[in-house]
Amino acid sequence: MLMSVTLTLLEGFVVTLELFLLTLLFALPLGLVISFGSMSRCAPLRWVVKTVVWIVRGTPLMLQIMVVFYGPGLMFDLPLLPRFTAAVVTFVINYACYFSEIYRGGIQGVPAGQQEAGLVLGMTRSQIFFKVTLLQVIKRIVPPMGNEFITLVKDTALVRVISVYEIIWMGESYIKKGMIWPLFYTAVFYLVANGILTLLFSWFEKKLNYFK
Amino acid sequence: MPVLDVQHIEKHFGATRVLEDISFSLEQGQALAIIGSSGSGKTTLLRCLNFLETPNQGKILVNGETLFDADDPATQREAEVRKKRLHFGLVFQSFNLFPQYTALENVTLAGELLAKERPDFKQNKKTILEEIRTQGQALLDRMGLADRAGHYPHQLSGGQQQRVAIARALALQPDILCFDEPTSALDPELTGEVLKVIRSLAEQKTTMIIVTHEMAFARDVADQVIFMDGGIIVEQGPARQVIESPREERTRQFLSRYSEN
Repeated sequence: MLMSVTLTLLEGFVVTLELFLLTLLFALPLGLVISFGSMSRCAPLRWVVKTVVWIVRGTPLMLQIMVVFYGPGLMFDLPLLPRFTAAVVTFVINYACYFSEIYRGGIQGVPAGQQEAGLVLGMTRSQIFFKVTLLQVIKRIVPPMGNEFITLVKDTALVRVISVYEIIWMGESYIKKGMIWPLFYTAVFYLVANGILTLLFSWFEKKLNYFK
Repeated sequence: MPVLDVQHIEKHFGATRVLEDISFSLEQGQALAIIGSSGSGKTTLLRCLNFLETPNQGKILVNGETLFDADDPATQREAEVRKKRLHFGLVFQSFNLFPQYTALENVTLAGELLAKERPDFKQNKKTILEEIRTQGQALLDRMGLADRAGHYPHQLSGGQQQRVAIARALALQPDILCFDEPTSALDPELTGEVLKVIRSLAEQKTTMIIVTHEMAFARDVADQVIFMDGGIIVEQGPARQVIESPREERTRQFLSRYSEN
């Protein structure tokens, strides 16, 4: 029994992990673009970006999933996106906005003197960003990013509102068969995944400890 | 012909006039000390020379070439400004070393990046990089840091960090080396080692501009002294004369406040 439940839940967990990895793949770079937008010298662009970030961070992710999935059909009579695609799109936009704020904090936290030192040494702005600033930004953002990654693993459970068959959905389906424990058993999968993430992040933090 | 010729520089931040009609020149191999109380415009002046601030008025000439002219936007293009900065070196009050690089890498980084723009870089990559590294190591030796080349900034004392920063500025062989209060962020027992290095640079006839609060040092090491107050040059002349027998009342007041402390 345990074996068959484990295998079924694992099937759901693969969906969870796919959503997790695809979200990171697109949201990490998109977040950087958004953070540059929110720091732009062009005021109108800055306002647009900040408004988008406000809306995305200011409303529930669950609601956003439903809007992306049902919205196009209800408002414009468009065909529905595949459920999983709608989930990925929502998560990418949502997490990119959170990441952008973490990036912004990291970039603005690097002392202006670093940039100035690069400038007086005749470096270009892109050389300064890639050779001087970037690693210092990464070092600063590792702890808050660790938090976001772990939250993301658990947030994936929300996609069951549009019937994406991730692990919680799989666990719940056993209730109909009179079994409640598989639902609680799903926690083990989350704990293992987040345990690995925690270890990876602390390893990476130590790696960057060679400078201060 | 002077190495540096600064003509009628003005700088305002909004309504605040930080620099007014600043003019001076500097001969090859001379050291110029700029003294004055905080907020007198000394640091802003150095930042203007290094193109970290854009003056609202005036001209800056190096070796007779106009590097900056407030009336000529062609002299202010970003791509050219980058090359023009290389005429000047700047040592910051807070060192501003790159924390993720060793002392030696701090000294060589900019040189390596510039070398990539050389047309022969691809063919002679190894020799060029080797040369830059040898030169960097030699500079650290000169700063008395031969055994610290592989240390990261946080493993060095403030005085050592500032000497790495001086080596880093020297590595690009600027025409004029600028110091912005190089010892103000240091504990008193560490200022000596940095001042000693600057003194030896002066003995080797390095052209320098030193913003400093160390009056005795300015008197002994600099050839010329400028006293600034409220964004203007109140008095300039030979170092010994300005510091020991100033002509202006404001200079006298400033210096007497210093000797009281």
